[in-house]
Order: sequence, then structure tokens, then C-alpha cells
Amino acid sequence: MGGAAFPSAVKLTLGTQKKLDTLLLNGAECEPYLTCDDRLMREYADEVIDGARIMAHALGAPRVLIAIEQNKPDAIAIMTKAAASIAAVEVVSVPVQYPMGSERHLVQAVTGRETPARKLTADLGVVVHNVATARAVHHAVRFGRPLISRIVTVSGGAIRDPNNVEVAIGTKVSDLVEFCGGFSVRPERLVNGGPMMGQPLPSLDVPVVKGMSGILGLTADEINDSPTNPCIRCGTCVTICPCGLSPVDMSSFIRKDNLESAAKLGVMDCVSCGSCSWVCPSHIPLVHYFNYAKGMLNDLDREKRKNDRVKTLVEAHMIRIEKAAEAKKAALAAKKSATAASPAATEPHPASPAPTAEEKVNA
Amino acid sequence: MTLATTSGPFTHKANSVQKVMTTVLLALLPATAFDIYLFGWPALFLFIVTIASCVAVEAVCVSYADRPAKVSLSDNSAVLTGWLMAASLPPWSPWWIGLLGAIFAIALAKHAFGGLGQNVFNPAMVGRTVLLVSFPVIMTSWVLPHPLFSAGAPSFADAIAITFGGHMPDTVSAASALGYVKTELSRGIPVTQSMAQVAQVPDLMDMALGYRAGSMGETSAILILFGGLFLLYKRIISWHIPVGVMATLFLMGTIFHLVDPARFTTGQFHLMSGATFLGAFFIATDYVTSPVSKTGQLIFAAGVGLLAWLIRTFAGYPEGMAFAVLLMNGLTPIIDQYTRPRVFGRSRTGEPLPLTKEKP
Repeated sequence: MGGAAFPSAVKLTLGTQKKLDTLLLNGAECEPYLTCDDRLMREYADEVIDGARIMAHALGAPRVLIAIEQNKPDAIAIMTKAAASIAAVEVVSVPVQYPMGSERHLVQAVTGRETPARKLTADLGVVVHNVATARAVHHAVRFGRPLISRIVTVSGGAIRDPNNVEVAIGTKVSDLVEFCGGFSVRPERLVNGGPMMGQPLPSLDVPVVKGMSGILGLTADEINDSPTNPCIRCGTCVTICPCGLSPVDMSSFIRKDNLESAAKLGVMDCVSCGSCSWVCPSHIPLVHYFNYAKGMLNDLDREKRKNDRVKTLVEAHMIRIEKAAEAKKAALAAKKSATAASPAATEPHPASPAPTAEEKVNA
Repeated sequence: MTLATTSGPFTHKANSVQKVMTTVLLALLPATAFDIYLFGWPALFLFIVTIASCVAVEAVCVSYADRPAKVSLSDNSAVLTGWLMAASLPPWSPWWIGLLGAIFAIALAKHAFGGLGQNVFNPAMVGRTVLLVSFPVIMTSWVLPHPLFSAGAPSFADAIAITFGGHMPDTVSAASALGYVKTELSRGIPVTQSMAQVAQVPDLMDMALGYRAGSMGETSAILILFGGLFLLYKRIISWHIPVGVMATLFLMGTIFHLVDPARFTTGQFHLMSGATFLGAFFIATDYVTSPVSKTGQLIFAAGVGLLAWLIRTFAGYPEGMAFAVLLMNGLTPIIDQYTRPRVFGRSRTGEPLPLTKEKP
């Protein structure tokens, strides 16, 4: 139930494939503006911890860590109190630094270990789940209640009465906004999710879905967008990138459609957190470039894999044909040698012209 | 219904190129105002001519490239280039020095490469260097300070004659401290002696304040330093480049002075003289022409410091800041290439990290 809405069931079966030692509950809010997880931990601490223990049991992980950002002292206090009696559950505070909600970065902050590229945090023995997922598991296992509601942050400068609301999944977003007092000013942009990585909402006539952590109505002042200027190579994007990438170089390659070079610089390792775009003094839509490049590279990769598959199939086919032809030839040669070797035995039959004709065909 | 196809983020830091440039201008303001006071009307005229020429050349280049001139001019980058170049010129130079410099800086060094952000070399320093190589006499005619409204200062009319009429008074020229030491050395007079001279005439404190001959930007070291610290405070620049440049220069100066005091000037002298502060805080830190990563910036800065020291000490020119910065500008792309940060979860060579067992 985190921002990425990755299926929890898949992550809960990881225990059968890998040896896990820790279930890490992600109580670091994914993005600015969003406070739904904070609220959830303060209101339903016991349910979260119970769910976490069930999940840890399913995973075979002996330890549960609950990571909460330091700017949520209430949540830390309440969760610590709720977890006090349970030895296996521990609350840890993590620095407030976007993107702390990102799985790999959270694992690094808590355990000090860096997840290798193309590996999962589970390879380090750590599985990360959202706190809201833990509560949902508690409901599902204890009461057999399916996931029919979630807490949504309704916020942004254009919302009259920003709030966290627990709503049934499927509720119309327009009703949700109405419930929060409607708009005080016309929102410049509606966003599903957080302001950094959320998706733009085309309209309010959409239902609340499982992964919808927030509905934001942002004003022009908050968006603070301005026309793109040329890059002045200030290097802030390089300093800020949580993945150690060089957005300045990657974007210039992508602009020239030199995706291969961008891939060499690691564009596929980009998590689209939006930090580079946020700091860019020239307001270059860097993440937009990277998302484009990632899409194109994935397409190319799929295409290549498809072609490779076709190629191997064709090659196998060719080999089969060749083998069949060879077998035929061998059979023919055997037959021929048989006829040649045993003229004495089969003297009454002179060599018929048929083999020559066959030989011609073979040639 | 229109489908929005933009990617996030949907919020941005309140920052812009214009804001960056304007902050740098603000940081330069006290030092420049003081220098204009020191060198009087001619300095003000040259200053205005240089900046106006830079803006005009920028406008011509941009409209020639069919880009909206208003947008390019509003970012203030041309003003900054002109400002920095004016700060590196002898304050009583004739008007056409400013104009020619602007053409070299903006048209040749900046727009020939593709405009803002594309230039390999620092435009202001290209302008200054071309002028220095082409007009060595004018470009080394330093004058002693003649504060505005003081007895010896040129009047408004005199100033017009100096800047626009080319009537450089013969009597006022003086050597900058670096130039003086160098000339004396070439005459066989040891550095210790000439430095003592320098230290007597304008003492080191005066040197720091700016009561000495030099360009507008190199004289008031303290005010430039304040400007630099302001930029650090505003986080427009980071400490890496200025500290790197000054530390290298100081170290080289100190070490070699200890080895042979008669031949080499001290580290303090290198720091306080010439355009060290201007170069370290305002010229070498130019975003466009310096490396983007912090490691790269340190390497770049050490190179600038080393080259500046080498040129000041061994080459024909007394001041080497501009050359040093330009030479390192040329190396910036290659420094960038080799100092890219390590990608998360990967080794320096780009391979995924090995899976390590939990640390004990």
C-alpha cells in the first residue's frame, strides 16, 4: 500500500526463496505533503504491530524493525510504546531526507548496507513493507476482512480543509475532495500520490484505488514552474541524486537520442524520485527525460529479446533441416555403399539409374 | 478532456538561473563599488561600457540565432560576464578595450560554442586574456588609486578624456605588486628585498583593503572575500573550488619560499596579491566551465592553484589566474568523465556490488 503499490503477496512469499532476518516496516512517508502513514501509526499502532508480527511469521523473519522519520515524534512515541512489550519489534528513527521512503535507501539508512544493483533488499535478508500493509494484513488475518478501505491524504494549497480520510476503495475522488471542503482556489494541477512522483490526474471523476496515498490540489505557487532555460552545469543535480547518477550528462545524451550512452551512465538505475528536477535552477524536466529513456530502452530490450528468441528458433530450425538432410544423405550413402559392396550378392540386379537421379536431387 | 503527459515532480524549488546570476552580482557589488570609488570616474565609465557592450553583443548573437533575446538577456548572465571582465581590466583603460573584450567574451567564447551553458572556456577570462595578449601595454597600465573627490583624482571631464579620448596620463602608472616583484627579480634583485619594498609602500593590510595599483577586482581583496563568503552562505557555490585554489597556491608559495626565500615569494603574498580571491571565489567557480562533481571540483581547483603559481613564478606574465583558469577549463570535460560519482548499488566500474554478508 506504499506509493509504488507493489503486490504485497509477492513480497510475502520471499521467505520461501531467501533466508530473511528482518521485516522492515516503512513508516517513512514516501513524499512531502503525504501524512497518511503518520496518521495511521498514531491511530492504529496496535493493529500495525499485530499485522507486522503476522507478516514476520509468514516470512520467517525473526526481527521486525519499524522505521519512522524523525519529523514524526508523535508516531515514534506511540509506536515505541505499543512495541515496548514485544521483544522482536523495534522502532528506529531515520533522518528526514527525501526519498527516505525508497526501499533501498531506507534499508541503507537502517542497516547501513547498500543493496547491489539488480538485487533485491531480500538478498540482504530484509523485506520492506508499508505500515498500511501491516494494518491491512491484521484485518485480513484476524477478521477475514478484505482490503476495502484505505487512508488517503487530501492536501495541497488549493484544498480548503486538508485532511487524512479513511475511505472505501472505489469512492469517487470528487466526493473525497468535497468532503475536505472542496477547493478554495482553482488548483493548477491535480495529483494522484505525492508531489514528487505522483501522477497527474486528468479529472476528479476517478475512483480511489489501493495505491492512492494522496490527492493533491496544487496551486501555481506550489508548483513554481517556469520555462526551461539552458543547463548552466551547476551540478546540483549530481550532488543531490540519491542514486549517485549524473543527471546533467544523462539528459544531454537523451536529448540527442543517444540512449545507449545514457544507459551506460546508469539511467536504468534512476528511481525517478524527482530530486534533480526539483532543484534544477533551469527548470529542466530531467525526470521526464529519464522516464522517456527508460521506456524506450525497455522497448528496445524487449524487441532485442524477441529478435534473439526468433533468431535462436530460426537457427534451431536450420540445424534441424541440416541434420535431416545429412541423415538422408548418410542413409543414401549407406544404401549406395550397400549396393556397391554387395554387387556379388545381388548380381541379378544391375545398378539402376534411380540412384543417379537421387544424387542429382541431393546435389 | 486532455490527458496530461508530464512527469513529476509537480513542485519545484524556488530557484532560477536569473536568481543565481543576480546573487553573484550582489556579492560583487561592495567590492566593485569600493573600486569605483578608488579609481574614480574612468573606472565607472569603463565598467558601464564593458557591461553595456556585453549585453549588446549578447542581444545581437541571440537574435542572430533566432532565439528570443528577452529571455536570454533576462537571465543576467551577460551582465555577469561583463562585470567580471570589467573587474579584471586596468581601470583606466580606453572604452574600446571594454567593447573588444565584450565581443571576444560573448560572441567568440560563449555564443560560438552555443550560448549559455555550452561554452568550454570562461567568457570573461577569454575576453581578458585575448586583450592582454593583443594589447599588452594598455592591459598592464595599472594606476595607483585616486579616490573619487580626492585631490589627485581626475575630474569628470578628465575622466571622459581618459576613457573616451585615450589620454592616459603618463605619470600615474604603477606596477601591481606581483608585477613589481617579477620585474625586480628579472633585474637580479632578490624577492626578499622587493617584497620588503612592496610591504613598505602599500603594506599588506593596505593590499588587502585595496589601496594599491591593480585591476578593479584584484585590489580590494577583503571585500571580494566577503562577497565570496556571501556566495558560500547563499549556497551558490560550495567550498571546494575556492578552498582548493587558495590552499594549493598557499602551499606551493610557502613550500618554495622555505626552500629558497630569495627566489620565491611567500604563500601569504600569493594569497593577498593579484586576483587570487576574485579568481578563487568568482572566476574558477563559474558553473558552466568547472566540473560538476565535488571530487572533480577539488582536482580542478588544485590545478588552477598550481598553474597560477607556476605562471606567476616562472612564466613571463606576473599574474596567471586567468591563464590557469582557462587551462583548467579545457580539462573540465575530462575531469568530469573520470570523477562521476559511484552509482548506488554499483562499483566504480558500474558492475553491481557483490552481495556481502552482514557486517559484524
